[in-house]
Amino acid sequence: MLSNSETAFITPKEAIAFAILAALIFVVLPMALDTFRLNLFGKYLTYAFVAVGLVLCWGAGGILSLGQGVFFGLGGYCMAMFLKLEASTPENTAIQSTPGIPDFMDWNQITALPWWWEPFHSFGLTLIAIIAVPVVFAFIIAFAMFRRRVGGVYFAIITQAIAAILTILIIGQQGFTGGVNGITDLRTLNGWDIRTDEAKNILYFVNGILLFACLFAAHYVRKSKLGRLLIAMRDQEDRVRFSGYDVASFKIFVFCLGAAFAAIGGAMFTLQVGFMSPTLVGIVPSIEMVIFCAVGGRLSIIGAVYGTLLVNFAKTTFSESFPEVWLLGLGALFIAVVMAFPRGLAGIWADWIAPRIDGLFSRQSSSSAAPKTPAE
Amino acid sequence: MVQNNPNFVLMVEDLTVSFDGFKAVNELSFYVEPNECRVIIGPNGAGKTTVLDLICGRTKATGGSVNFKGHELLNMREDQIVHAGVGRKFQTPSVYEDLTVFENLELSYPKGHNVFGALFFRRDDAVKARIQEIAEMIFLQDLLEEKAAFLSHGQKQWLEIGMLLIQDPELLMLDEPVAGMSVAERKKTAELLNRIIADRSVIVIEHDMGFVADIATRVTVLHQGKVLSEGSMERVQNDPKVIEVYLGH
Repeated sequence: MLSNSETAFITPKEAIAFAILAALIFVVLPMALDTFRLNLFGKYLTYAFVAVGLVLCWGAGGILSLGQGVFFGLGGYCMAMFLKLEASTPENTAIQSTPGIPDFMDWNQITALPWWWEPFHSFGLTLIAIIAVPVVFAFIIAFAMFRRRVGGVYFAIITQAIAAILTILIIGQQGFTGGVNGITDLRTLNGWDIRTDEAKNILYFVNGILLFACLFAAHYVRKSKLGRLLIAMRDQEDRVRFSGYDVASFKIFVFCLGAAFAAIGGAMFTLQVGFMSPTLVGIVPSIEMVIFCAVGGRLSIIGAVYGTLLVNFAKTTFSESFPEVWLLGLGALFIAVVMAFPRGLAGIWADWIAPRIDGLFSRQSSSSAAPKTPAE
Repeated sequence: MVQNNPNFVLMVEDLTVSFDGFKAVNELSFYVEPNECRVIIGPNGAGKTTVLDLICGRTKATGGSVNFKGHELLNMREDQIVHAGVGRKFQTPSVYEDLTVFENLELSYPKGHNVFGALFFRRDDAVKARIQEIAEMIFLQDLLEEKAAFLSHGQKQWLEIGMLLIQDPELLMLDEPVAGMSVAERKKTAELLNRIIADRSVIVIEHDMGFVADIATRVTVLHQGKVLSEGSMERVQNDPKVIEVYLGH
């Protein structure tokens, strides 16, 4: 009969994998790194939110989105708008021709705050908007595409086009969005200065906790029947449809969930890095996020976090030393992973390392160590 | 007139589909009774698979009507047709290769079919017992933990039949269920089908005439999108038109 462990939320092995990642994020990195480097890793981890969403959408569901930067950006912009309004008190902006509005608006001869900026005076509404704006946007895209059964490469191209359009829109509407510079010079969150070392350390931990909340949510989805349905849809969409499922609604759900994760990451990016700009919305960051996910192993939630950390750490290290060849290196890495290790770091772990650890711990059953599915 | 008999499970009337002017199915009418096993035969390109596609909503009809227990299926979405009680097996075995036999059957279990139902679906004893029961019917009770990718071709066919059985449809449509099976597997499948058609209506597309004779209540012969002949196996086999276009070869 069926082992009950399969229906349990978490197996001992998965618990250990989560614990190791938690130890790395909450103990090892904070102890090993100074505030500057820790803040840098905090920034990397905000991309991991996107990568985890991609594991669900792309790895499990087969929906490749090349526009996740859109949702990361929308979440980040919502947070940045709130922080910017808080920083633009009439006292701080007394030298402007219209005091009390963000500086870039004043530079662009705008004399009153646009109506859609007004809700961002409220922290509560901002928190709602951080999730709601990207999710509603994702819902509209997904509803329009998946109801018409647009999928695969067409969907990827359309999401990429949306990323490009949103970037152009943000840059073009400089007076309302801060244009190509983005929204900068963010100072306080409800009066709490986010630029101090202490604040940066606290935000790093808040970020880590939120990331784990998303990891557990993603893990729950993977373990639920919905998770198995996603895999079934990826491989035999028609069979799922003719088993009585409305396939589009499941795709819409998982795409919106991925967008929500990305949005939380974007908001935490703004808080930790202190600005938001269109360079984080467009095609290049969106594709980079897919690479993080691919390197980690697109079927593995935890692998996605390691992939993100590894690629970003390499990016910072190498782009400092070899700025010209870094981009080529990143491209080569992506090709190499897809060709040689389609399951990424998680695949290497499952095929090479995990069996040896199993062998060490249980000599008698070492011969029956069947190849496992990628680590969760 | 038989056409108005309310006891029919399925009434297909004047069903037509045209692909760029080519009428793959042309004003086709036939009626299926409760507990009947209807076998559709005919030469390649006669429109057999297209008829099943039209009934289950995979292909949109150009005209006509498909009435299933009072529901007009032509206006319904595929998943709604399934929930109305129509199950469909594809010609090539369509199973989820990355999932186990158990999980394949579980996904077809008629519960938790919307997003939140699937998210909070519990694998309770009723589900397990039902899967066990179906697995025994389809000869796969010892392979529940096996990934579907590792099954033989015949076992995949059985698994897909099992996935339909667990839905308990009132009308079951099977497209060449014994294609590519060994002789032994064929015999077991005929036995399986004879057991499962007992309490539902079934439409089967099949080429193997021995197998057809084993299971058919009535036979419909399709040719160029139209009914060429219909009736008992014996009657159809002796129909000169059928011999000319199909059986004579």
